[in-house]
Amino acid sequence: MPTTDQTLDEILSLAATHFKVPREKLTPDDDFFKMLAIDSLQALDLLTRLEQHFRIELPDYELQGVSDFRTLAQRIQSRL
Amino acid sequence: MLDLRQYTSLGAALTAALERWPSETCLIEADRDREKVRLTYSDFKETARPLCRALEDADFKAGDRAAIIMTNQSKWLISAYCIFFCGGVLVPLDYKLSAAEHLQLLAHSKARFLIVEYYLWRAITQSPEFSKLAAEIVLVTEAPVGVDLHGAYRWEEFRRKGEPRLVARQREDTACIVYSSGTGGRPKGCVLTHDAYLEQCAALTAWYPFWPGVRYLSILPTNHAIDFMVGFIGPFVCGACVVHLRTLRPEFVRDAFVRYRITYVSLVPMVLKNLERGLRAKFDELPKKKRWVLNRLIGLNKALTRGRPHVALSRRLLPQVHKAFGGELLALIVGGAFTDPATMQFFYDLGIPVTCGYGLTEACTAVTLNDLKPFRPDTVGKPLPGSEVRILNPDSDGIGEVAVRSRAVMSHYLDDPELTAQTIVEGWLLTGDLGRFETHGHLQLFGRKKNMIVTEGGKNIYPEDIESMFDGLPAKEFCVFAANYLWPPKSLGENKEMLVLVIRLEQGQQFDERLRAEVEARNRRLPDFKRLNGYLIWETDFPRTASLKIKRGELATNIGKSGGRTAVVEI
Repeated sequence: MPTTDQTLDEILSLAATHFKVPREKLTPDDDFFKMLAIDSLQALDLLTRLEQHFRIELPDYELQGVSDFRTLAQRIQSRL
Repeated sequence: MLDLRQYTSLGAALTAALERWPSETCLIEADRDREKVRLTYSDFKETARPLCRALEDADFKAGDRAAIIMTNQSKWLISAYCIFFCGGVLVPLDYKLSAAEHLQLLAHSKARFLIVEYYLWRAITQSPEFSKLAAEIVLVTEAPVGVDLHGAYRWEEFRRKGEPRLVARQREDTACIVYSSGTGGRPKGCVLTHDAYLEQCAALTAWYPFWPGVRYLSILPTNHAIDFMVGFIGPFVCGACVVHLRTLRPEFVRDAFVRYRITYVSLVPMVLKNLERGLRAKFDELPKKKRWVLNRLIGLNKALTRGRPHVALSRRLLPQVHKAFGGELLALIVGGAFTDPATMQFFYDLGIPVTCGYGLTEACTAVTLNDLKPFRPDTVGKPLPGSEVRILNPDSDGIGEVAVRSRAVMSHYLDDPELTAQTIVEGWLLTGDLGRFETHGHLQLFGRKKNMIVTEGGKNIYPEDIESMFDGLPAKEFCVFAANYLWPPKSLGENKEMLVLVIRLEQGQQFDERLRAEVEARNRRLPDFKRLNGYLIWETDFPRTASLKIKRGELATNIGKSGGRTAVVEI
């Protein structure tokens, strides 16, 4: 099973690719709404991508109150 | 539907509905493409019975308050029914609030019981304020096996055998305490009686009836005034069915329309706009010839439905469009904020009527509503049966504060006689919204009284009114402010008043010459005293309430802190 840091790294890469933002501009504690310039509907889209990548199911509520990549990684890690 | 005049409480009306239509489907809950729950009215009654009995046993009495914090799901409605059955007062809280806000409202409402979804309970128990929770009994839904529930019970196991007794309530008794989110300021607990809800339900269903077989797609949170009425009480007292989705991902929402052949759905304007964008993009992808044919058919439909909707005809003219919505959609209901008339017209021209209304939590659900006779995208409709609406202190354009008198108006704000006295004056609810009646008796809104700007020339202007000129502007979002509101002058007359368009661009978008030209062109169409003087590009999404209205106060504070008037580019 990957470590949380590895999971975090994959999330950052995936988000950068999907929303066409340079990978080096994203850091774990960034507000992903701001850095990716997305709204809540687009954030759900990111969740879908992450589900496909990690082969898990992420309920919408895993995003509630979450706006940084690090916390998102922790939520995903707990389901791996 | 039931004749609501014979019932004195929501508990009594809902109980009668469960008896009246035992075999009809009342509730479907889907999680993505999986159907989790499908209940007839009889099933619903059987599921609720042991929970009602358990609440009785736990000494939940008439007038006791119970809060629900959950995403839309069958357990929300079952729990709410049980609270009403036992004579309790429902406190529906917004699941999107933070744990600290939940705890604050729970304390304010003095809810004895709390029924809450596990992930929200987890957040509450992790809050530094958790020790202040005063609820005596907490029921947690869908808690994983083995987790520490911190003294709560599992909702699924909180059951007792035996026959519970319906607790009688009078119409003037409190049914719900609903916290108004507003667009800023502290939440206020609106105390709404059984009479308010029963009257409102009768008024709404007189114009938009439900019947067994109607399927309402519940997307807006059920704690919200619109969905509580149109996605619970209304359908149930008519024997109709509510469809809940556990995810709001667009692909599953689109699928739900088709899978469940949805009849009605309520949306906020932002979601309607998103839907429009998606459809327009699909139309743009069509080959030229097909697009030409589609445009001709839309034009024909528009001509044939000018006086009123003809949904059956529209479905024959534009079958592919209607199939994408399940083929049985009768109307989209929209409210909660300003809705672009062009967006509503877009859907109406496709044969999908959009009915726009106006309401506020303090008036239960809706004050005015369009009855589609004919379709009017430029108004929020006529007063509902039983509602009186007045315009107070109208100016030379007939615009003044909207005041409402009806049995649906709240009785008071919880524990706030001072605010109540300021808000309900001589029996009239002062809404704080500005509007006027046009010649056919339809209400038109112009914005919030507190957002109104008075120019040097003594003219009243309303930012929301100016914003409507910019609807459809190719940017992510925008808002109009007076510069002196953003950067208050330190002395009278220090700064000339300016109107500023604050723009948030889409990702990767530049404020190029084309966009500038568009802004300038629209600006020129405004009367001179309403024209913008400049624009400001804002780098983050606008803060919004749970119902997606812009939190103007918060946005203005953020802009004010970020820099001075020099950031404004003159138009």
